[in-house]
Amino acid sequence: MSAEGVNNMRRRVLVAATSVIGAVGAGYALVPFVASMNPSARARAAGAPVEADVSKLEPGALLRVKWRGKPVWVVHRTPEMITALATNDPKLVDPQSAVESQQPAYCQNPTRSIKPEYLVAIGICTHLGCSPTYRPEFGPDDLGADWKGGFHCPCHGSRFDLAARVFKNVPAPTNLVIPKHTYLNATTILIGEDRGAA
Amino acid sequence: MSAEKTENLSWIDKRFPLTETWKGHLAEYYAPKNLNFWSFFGSLAILTLLIQIVTGIWLAMNYKPDAALAFASVEYIMRDVDWGWLIRYMHSTGASMFFIVIYLHMFRALLWGSYRKPRELLWIIGVIIYLAMMATAFFGYLLPWGQMSYWGAQVIVNLFAAVPVVGDDLSVWVRGDYVISDATLNRFFAFHFLLPFILAALVFIHIVALHHVGSNNPDGIEIKDGPKGNRWSPKAPADGIPFHPYYTVKDFMGVVVFLALFSLIMFYAPTMGGIFLEAPNFQPANPMLTPPHIAPVWYFTPYYAMLRAVPPMWGSQFPGVVVMFGAILIFFVLPWLDRSPVKSIRYKGPVFKVALAIFAVSFVVLAWLGMQPASDLSTLLSQIFTVLYFAFFLLMPIYSSLDKTKPVPERVTA
Repeated sequence: MSAEGVNNMRRRVLVAATSVIGAVGAGYALVPFVASMNPSARARAAGAPVEADVSKLEPGALLRVKWRGKPVWVVHRTPEMITALATNDPKLVDPQSAVESQQPAYCQNPTRSIKPEYLVAIGICTHLGCSPTYRPEFGPDDLGADWKGGFHCPCHGSRFDLAARVFKNVPAPTNLVIPKHTYLNATTILIGEDRGAA
Repeated sequence: MSAEKTENLSWIDKRFPLTETWKGHLAEYYAPKNLNFWSFFGSLAILTLLIQIVTGIWLAMNYKPDAALAFASVEYIMRDVDWGWLIRYMHSTGASMFFIVIYLHMFRALLWGSYRKPRELLWIIGVIIYLAMMATAFFGYLLPWGQMSYWGAQVIVNLFAAVPVVGDDLSVWVRGDYVISDATLNRFFAFHFLLPFILAALVFIHIVALHHVGSNNPDGIEIKDGPKGNRWSPKAPADGIPFHPYYTVKDFMGVVVFLALFSLIMFYAPTMGGIFLEAPNFQPANPMLTPPHIAPVWYFTPYYAMLRAVPPMWGSQFPGVVVMFGAILIFFVLPWLDRSPVKSIRYKGPVFKVALAIFAVSFVVLAWLGMQPASDLSTLLSQIFTVLYFAFFLLMPIYSSLDKTKPVPERVTA
């Protein structure tokens, strides 16, 4: 390999420098491929707020609204449901809604809502993203006698109460997310925007 | 005529090693003479990969990777395309059969000690193939755009979201959207089309490694280390016979039996009672509503049961995800966990035999548990069998070196 008059040191430096520059270039060439897999401009813009009309929503009933491709629930809670909420507190992971990312500040209250009778929540389990099933009945056989209504996730068995707060000892780590929302009038809720109230 | 042929062949051989390849890998590749039915699963795996590639390309001729059209295009293939139903059922049955074959192929490696020196790299390449296969199957399962496709993908992609710090961005990047959507379906189709060709390349590398070290056998005895000289060559291992025609013919026998079973399932029970094709997948994907019970396809359920067995720790699902992926990645270090002086189960002691049996039972029970709805009992059972699954690997350095082994004969037995 080492012929007369060959500066091996200079060769090694040149090969190393070329390789490093080449590797950096190859790294930059990856950028468009990696970046093109992010949500497109259209997907990012698709987050427009939606309106929900709750005038015909009977007490105890649930309405599903699609926002950003996700199900958003609006539940018309009955007075019994609202009074029962407090009895769940000792069994919950975060009864005071202390984790700030899970709701806007104006919903950081015992019912996690603007008006106690209407719960607005994103119906996506905080565990692995299934949509929990609405189980409003009190004390059903499969969920136990002290079940005061709530949501049960079919995928991995997580349980939430009617304020979308997670119970202890289930896979989901946090309460369900309450989206930004505001009342346009007494019975119309705008989901996804709160006119800067937060 | 024959002189002309030889002349043509030598023209090719000067430019491409045709005769050399034929001899080196078939006519003069000497495989141990004592191979039994367990050796069928390697060639059956190649056959299944080919079936999947051919049927997959034909399905792609009529399938539409578009959230608005995908479900209907699969139904179109089933009802309106001539023979479309057959090609689709070949592909869906083939997916499950591929995993059955590979699980038996891997179990055979455990029986024969085929992961031991000098076959560590051969085993590692195999585990990479297994990972690539699982990725291919996962991408493919979204394509029919049924309820189980949708929610299965939702759960698996959300596993990435459990990774600390970067998790949320990572899962959005994988989906290309904030939920599973058209963008996700489109890219999963692209990956599902690409990966089988990478699989084929990996299989090629797997065979190159196999033919370099030589095939193992039920005795776990290296025929290359034994005496030389057989009917065909004075330099070949005495206990070796040419792969072609001896094992090509033998493997064809396996192919016939396999295709008979394959056809029985494909024609009479393509859904296999909801195991190969799950019932909720006959409903179009509905992002607003999760089906009452969701479970991945059977070949993923052992790992899914392990995921569900681990409770959240420190407010995160990440430990469960680590256990689930760890259960697969632990196969990579298996060659260095087994300290037994012998390779094959035939000469291993009772402790290893019991451990292997417990491992196999745990895998099957976990697969069953992963299909069941979550309950307190199933969670407890999953936890017990997850521990047993890992104990097989993690305690192996201890029990395999303590175990009482039998003496290994010099030559392979009949």
